[in-house]
Amino acid sequence: MSNTASTPSVTGVLDNRRASAAVVSSLKRRYAAEKRFRAYGMIAVGFALIFLIFLFTDIIGKGLPAFTQTMIRLDVTLYPQDLNPEGVTDHEQLLKVLSTANYRNIIVQAITDLFPDVTSRSDRRALVGLVSPGATFDIRRQVMAAEEAGRSLIGHRVRILVHASDDIDQLEKGHISVDVAEAERRVSDREIEWFHRLKERGLIETTFNTTLFTAGDSRSPELAGLWGAVVGSFWTMLVTLALSFPLAVGAAVYLEEFAPKNKWTQLIEVNINNLAAVPSIVFGLLGLAVFLNFFGLPRSAPLVGGMVLALITLPTIIIASRAALKSVPPSIREAALGVGASKVQTVFHHVLPLAMPGMLTGTIIGMAQALGETAPLLMIGMVAFIVDIPGGPLDPATVMPVQIFLWSDLPERAFVERASAAIMVLLGFLIVMNALAVLLRKRFERKW
Amino acid sequence: MRALKAEAVMSEEPKSASTPVPEAANVPTFVTEDVCVFYGQKQALTNVSLSINKNEVTSLIGPSGCGKSTYLRCLNRMNDTIDICRVTGNILLDGTDVYSKDIDVVHLRARVGMVFQKPNPFPKSIYENVAYGPRVHGIARGKDELDEIVLTSLEKAGLLKEVKDRLQEPGTGLSGGQQQRLCIARAVAVQPEVILMDEPCSALDPIATARIEELIDELRVNYTIVIVTHSMQQAARVSQRTGFFHLGELVECGETEQIFTNPKDERTQGYITGRFG
Repeated sequence: MSNTASTPSVTGVLDNRRASAAVVSSLKRRYAAEKRFRAYGMIAVGFALIFLIFLFTDIIGKGLPAFTQTMIRLDVTLYPQDLNPEGVTDHEQLLKVLSTANYRNIIVQAITDLFPDVTSRSDRRALVGLVSPGATFDIRRQVMAAEEAGRSLIGHRVRILVHASDDIDQLEKGHISVDVAEAERRVSDREIEWFHRLKERGLIETTFNTTLFTAGDSRSPELAGLWGAVVGSFWTMLVTLALSFPLAVGAAVYLEEFAPKNKWTQLIEVNINNLAAVPSIVFGLLGLAVFLNFFGLPRSAPLVGGMVLALITLPTIIIASRAALKSVPPSIREAALGVGASKVQTVFHHVLPLAMPGMLTGTIIGMAQALGETAPLLMIGMVAFIVDIPGGPLDPATVMPVQIFLWSDLPERAFVERASAAIMVLLGFLIVMNALAVLLRKRFERKW
Repeated sequence: MRALKAEAVMSEEPKSASTPVPEAANVPTFVTEDVCVFYGQKQALTNVSLSINKNEVTSLIGPSGCGKSTYLRCLNRMNDTIDICRVTGNILLDGTDVYSKDIDVVHLRARVGMVFQKPNPFPKSIYENVAYGPRVHGIARGKDELDEIVLTSLEKAGLLKEVKDRLQEPGTGLSGGQQQRLCIARAVAVQPEVILMDEPCSALDPIATARIEELIDELRVNYTIVIVTHSMQQAARVSQRTGFFHLGELVECGETEQIFTNPKDERTQGYITGRFG
């Protein structure tokens, strides 16, 4: 350390004692700034966590009850005059008759048998309303299954589980408050009384809600399922993947490896980056105008949905793929060119395989983005009420986020919990896809 | 044995004097006339005229940024990969201009192989690294011949003994010196006429360097070699002819012994005696 005392002439602006004092006096301020910044960060993370926890408890709290379903155990007598009034004996014929037979009478009979004191016409109608309109399917399924297995149930008295109506389901789950005035709740006093009498007799059961995972949409919440939307999403994603992955990888390889670097390619690059920020509904409008109106492709079809979503995911995958190609060291290209590989051989034998993990990561992120996309699909009619499970990319279908959108719009309390359950399923898919992307990145990460 | 060799490398004395130039020398493989290279507006090389003789090692020396690597990369048109690079003048390989329409760049690179500064094996197995060249060119007729090419190339690169039991292991798992010899084997497998080496030992330790230098001397029997190097001792040890580059010009070119003992130009003199560079 130089000594200012021995060289008194070197003072003024270059005085090291003064400089040192200045450093000391500013230290406190500098450390305080750092502490402040750390505190801001902690507060921000804390807020984010609180909101996240709030969101998850809300969704899970609302959605979990949807995974169970209240059922009513009924003793039904399967009279031949209801099921097989013409006395068909041929097996094939009988199955046909059974599939269209009148099961409603059987239900009505069974439920009124339980309450012999209910006699008035309107009361009896309300009584039958305890059971879901889908109860007929519950019986038909069992009867048909038994018939096909060769043990006919016709003429027998069977104990059968049928879906309770959504209001009874909600009552059982405690979502309907009995303290509210009768006019303001969806179940009347006498329905509640009947429900309690059923419960006392042990005829109310709660089972896992398989309907939610096997059925398509329905107007009755207890019969509505997510499977139609899951299959619709599957077909849509398949089309999206088949279109966007090869196109995006091809575009990225061309732009990165083959295209001349000039103003035009720069313009294209800027446009691709901007395309990633275009509101997705604009792509929906484009799909409506071009794919539906101009090319006349079918409305509500996963094919068109997939095409629109492919347009949305293209920039995402292209940007990720170009970054992956850029990260392949030039020495590999030189090595391949040096032994006399052509440009195409260099790219496809060496550069592309090395960039592939990065490209796949980008693709999965893009697909996850497409899976959660709703707005553009509304424009091309994938918002329709569709009961059937789509059998292919040309059948009318809807997708998971649109199904959530549809259900959250309906007034029945039971649909609210189904919407939350659907959100949980969708989040599950997204978490799996993102985890896959992270895994892929970790697994194939290469240090040069 | 190895330690002895390393010691020899350390010594400053030029070794090339002891290695007689073969009889067939002075048959030029490459003749370059007035080669100029431009990177955009900037001129990197000015009027380089140089002959590279068959079955000789020609070394190119000079301070950083003097254009020696640029010149080397003209010989197999690796500069083509740089968009803004422009080359003028004649570069004749056996009398044909490499930039003329008669020569296809892929064929040229098969005839003129290259080894780079940093060992750059493909992230594949050792076998695949060497087999890649013959495979893309379709040199081998069948699996057996390909095996033979791979083994012979590894043998020529002095690597076979070390790797023959682990040909299927990744080439990137080898040590730096082994990787560089793998790259030489990869170049040799294509059976080129010329091998260009761009500072092949700059990333290696003295022992690995000695091994490569020994190898270069052996390869000279079958191939014409051009080597760019920062180390004047290396140039003196391995080459028969030396070219000294400075500021994009070829200052002097001649027999290695003459360049190092009796340079004609004072800039060469200054560089080899360490006054600048």
